[in-house]
Amino acid sequence: MQQLTLTVNGTKRTLLAKPDATLLDVLRDGFGLCGTKRGCEQGSCGACTVLLDDEPVLSCLTPALRCLDRCVTTIEGLTESGEVAELQRQLVERGGIQCGFCTPGMVVTLHAFLRHNLVPTEDEIRDAISGNLCRCTGYAKIVKAAMIASGLQGERS
Amino acid sequence: MIGKATPYIDAQAKVTGTARYTDDFVESNALHVAFMRSPFAHARILRVDVSAAERSPLVKAVAVGSDLPTPFGILPISADETAMAVDKVRFIGEIVAAVAAESREAAAAALQLINVDYEELPAVRSPEQALSKGAPEGQIHAHSRDLTNIHKRAELSFNDPQEALRSAKHVRSGEFSFAGVTHGFTEPHATIAIPEANGCVTVISATQVPHYLQRAIAKVLAIPLHRVRVIKPTLGGGFGGKSDPFPHEIICAFLAQKSGRAVRCNFSREEVFLTNHGRHPTTLSMSLGCDDVGKIEGLWTDVVIDGGAFASFGVVTTYYNGVLLQGPYRIDRFGFRTRRVYTNKPQSGAMRGHGAVNSRYAVETLIDMLAHDRGIDPCDFRLRNFLPKNTLTVGQLRITSNGVQACLDAVRKKSDWDNRHGKLPFGRGLGVACGFYISGSALPIIWNRQPQSVVHAKLDFDGSIVVYSGASDIGQGSDTMFAQMASNVLGLSLDRIKVVSADTKLTPVDLGSYSSRVTFMAGNAAKKALDKLRAEVALGIAQEKGCMAEELEFADERVRSKDGSVDLSWDEAVEIATAMRGAFVESGVYISPKLGGDFKGSGAGLSPSYSFGACIAEVDVDSLTGQVRVVKIWSAHDCGRALNPLAVEGQIEGSVHMGLGQALYEEMKYKDGRVLNANFCDYQIPTSLDTPEIDVTIIESEDPEGPYGAKEAGEGPIHPVLPAIGNAIYDAVCVRMFDLPMTPDRILRAMRDKESGAHS
Repeated sequence: MQQLTLTVNGTKRTLLAKPDATLLDVLRDGFGLCGTKRGCEQGSCGACTVLLDDEPVLSCLTPALRCLDRCVTTIEGLTESGEVAELQRQLVERGGIQCGFCTPGMVVTLHAFLRHNLVPTEDEIRDAISGNLCRCTGYAKIVKAAMIASGLQGERS
Repeated sequence: MIGKATPYIDAQAKVTGTARYTDDFVESNALHVAFMRSPFAHARILRVDVSAAERSPLVKAVAVGSDLPTPFGILPISADETAMAVDKVRFIGEIVAAVAAESREAAAAALQLINVDYEELPAVRSPEQALSKGAPEGQIHAHSRDLTNIHKRAELSFNDPQEALRSAKHVRSGEFSFAGVTHGFTEPHATIAIPEANGCVTVISATQVPHYLQRAIAKVLAIPLHRVRVIKPTLGGGFGGKSDPFPHEIICAFLAQKSGRAVRCNFSREEVFLTNHGRHPTTLSMSLGCDDVGKIEGLWTDVVIDGGAFASFGVVTTYYNGVLLQGPYRIDRFGFRTRRVYTNKPQSGAMRGHGAVNSRYAVETLIDMLAHDRGIDPCDFRLRNFLPKNTLTVGQLRITSNGVQACLDAVRKKSDWDNRHGKLPFGRGLGVACGFYISGSALPIIWNRQPQSVVHAKLDFDGSIVVYSGASDIGQGSDTMFAQMASNVLGLSLDRIKVVSADTKLTPVDLGSYSSRVTFMAGNAAKKALDKLRAEVALGIAQEKGCMAEELEFADERVRSKDGSVDLSWDEAVEIATAMRGAFVESGVYISPKLGGDFKGSGAGLSPSYSFGACIAEVDVDSLTGQVRVVKIWSAHDCGRALNPLAVEGQIEGSVHMGLGQALYEEMKYKDGRVLNANFCDYQIPTSLDTPEIDVTIIESEDPEGPYGAKEAGEGPIHPVLPAIGNAIYDAVCVRMFDLPMTPDRILRAMRDKESGAHS
């Protein structure tokens, strides 16, 4: 066990982590932040996507100890800060959510993308979420929600 | 609210990450369960030694096959599975033993302490091998007859189809093969079991069928049904892959009771693939005949489906491959033979569009071939053969509402088919196909006199309505449907409506989320319960106010009489309705009408209603690489009435995605019984880049028996997708694809064979 200090959703946290623990393990089992989903633990579904120093990473492939003194933001943090409120609202209202298991990872990925792409094309959005698997929606309403959210985001900024 | 696009009532929780799926439940001090799995495809178990594992201080309980030898299965007629292997193992990945330990790591480590001695048996690798007679030790299950590994034979024939095909002027035949595919839901299987007082156990599980799971656990643990409580929390996708009771669920219940501690398990993605229960690998030959003007004269098909090591829903699948060819076209001389075989692989089971997807591909391909032979437009050919509404098929499936023609008209028009089909440049093509599907199986899985669905609706002093249903919302939106119905019947806003679902202790029985039954059956039951509740409220007000109950209208959170003499807020209405009696509950039930003929096999495919659909695909085929890009899909689906258009569109879009995956990419690959691609890198479900623009049309044929006219939308839309893509590939590069998935190498080979004249 090793002591690990990191900032999670704006708060400095410390815990003892096993050397082989992933960031996903620490978030879910250590901090009880269960919005980040355990979908494959192989880096191929995107359900565990979180921000590490503002960049999206697959938390299932990120060793926890690599996050020492770094900032992690999860779906809970993004929700609380209100940064993704418009995107979340559009996903809800446009039906971009069915079973919802991919949704938190999808929100984190889209947020990271839309921040740097104020006027994205549909193809760019499809490209941005190509690492986030959704088996329910055929992506149609997710892409639509992101397009509308980006437009509204563009208007605001 | 009915007919209005309504965001799911649980969407806010899902989008913020607060919705709780099984693995998100914190159960203090829970043990972790790990499963020891068979490394052999077929082997006798000589000895299982768990003594070292049991001595490990972190291990609190161990389970082996002999602890739970009672067989179970989703269908009582084919309960051929045990919670863990008892005398022998039948596929690589079958659970042999399980340990419950203080941590995930400790449980995994304890598996290394278990010693199992096996004696390998000859394994059945292929359906061909399974069909032939072999040695007794090569039999996967002793109940297969004649030393074969045939699990189930089904054969039905109406009006001598063979003779019809001999005398038909035009006949096309094909030999088709379909790889097995799997559900690919994003949430892995997960279960938590909690021991309770008085020998009870609560099981929280990612299941589509809490009711059948309750039954299976009670049966295998040999405890009364009432001691088992099953709760389905938020669930991350099913598609049929969580519609059986599973060994790990039963084992967790057992280990909870044995250890006296809560236990939990969460599958790795590899374990999910090893568990499978996906669509059967299938080979089939089919012949279809027509006359000069394209009227279908006869159909015969011979199907072999690879069931893997156990039965699952396989008896139903065996029939569905045949009987669900009886629509959407009139085929009066029709027959099939299907054989389901056991092989030493993870079992196949029910998957979206269950039993009808592969045979639908075949018939729609042959129709396309006959249409081209006769120079008839493929849409026109289909139009000439559609069943009308309110008719019986030759096998006595009762067709009521039927919007298939409107579906075809819609996609034909929107895709500009008439101006573009057959006229696009080489490499670009359009293809069409139609489909139909059951809207709930009319026959329950377990024969009894219970209704197929019961729904309770409660009115309480606080003015809320609580709808209680056993139905499982698996992401398709059934909880939202109940809320919409309550809102509609009582004129209330959605925030007054609460839905409690899929908890066997709190909710009356609904058989589960399979066979596209929930909207029709649970929806009908809910509507009845809510109508009764409204009548009760109206009666209370009528008695107090001296008006006619029938005169009262419920809208905008008020109850008013037509003449305006009564005008109450909802809270005032509730106060009157609950005076001297308090909260009350009304109950609604759904029981399917008696349907079908009286021949053997007549029950298969019976449904109180059928959905219909049509699909047109546009593809771009790179003739150098064989790569197919689906440019656009037009899909129209007759769901009777779209109670929630947002949900119906979502079901159609999801069906297109899944159909596309099976058509072009997905395949469960095996070598010597081992799954080679048990992960999402090697088993490729379509990404956002692979999934094209989808144009959705909802057709509303107003079913006479559906709730508000509704029928199913979750499975039917998948059927026409695959053949529409196959037929589009033909339009693009003039080759017929008989083997799925239609990978680039197969397309190139077909093009090369055509050039060299090996195929006509």
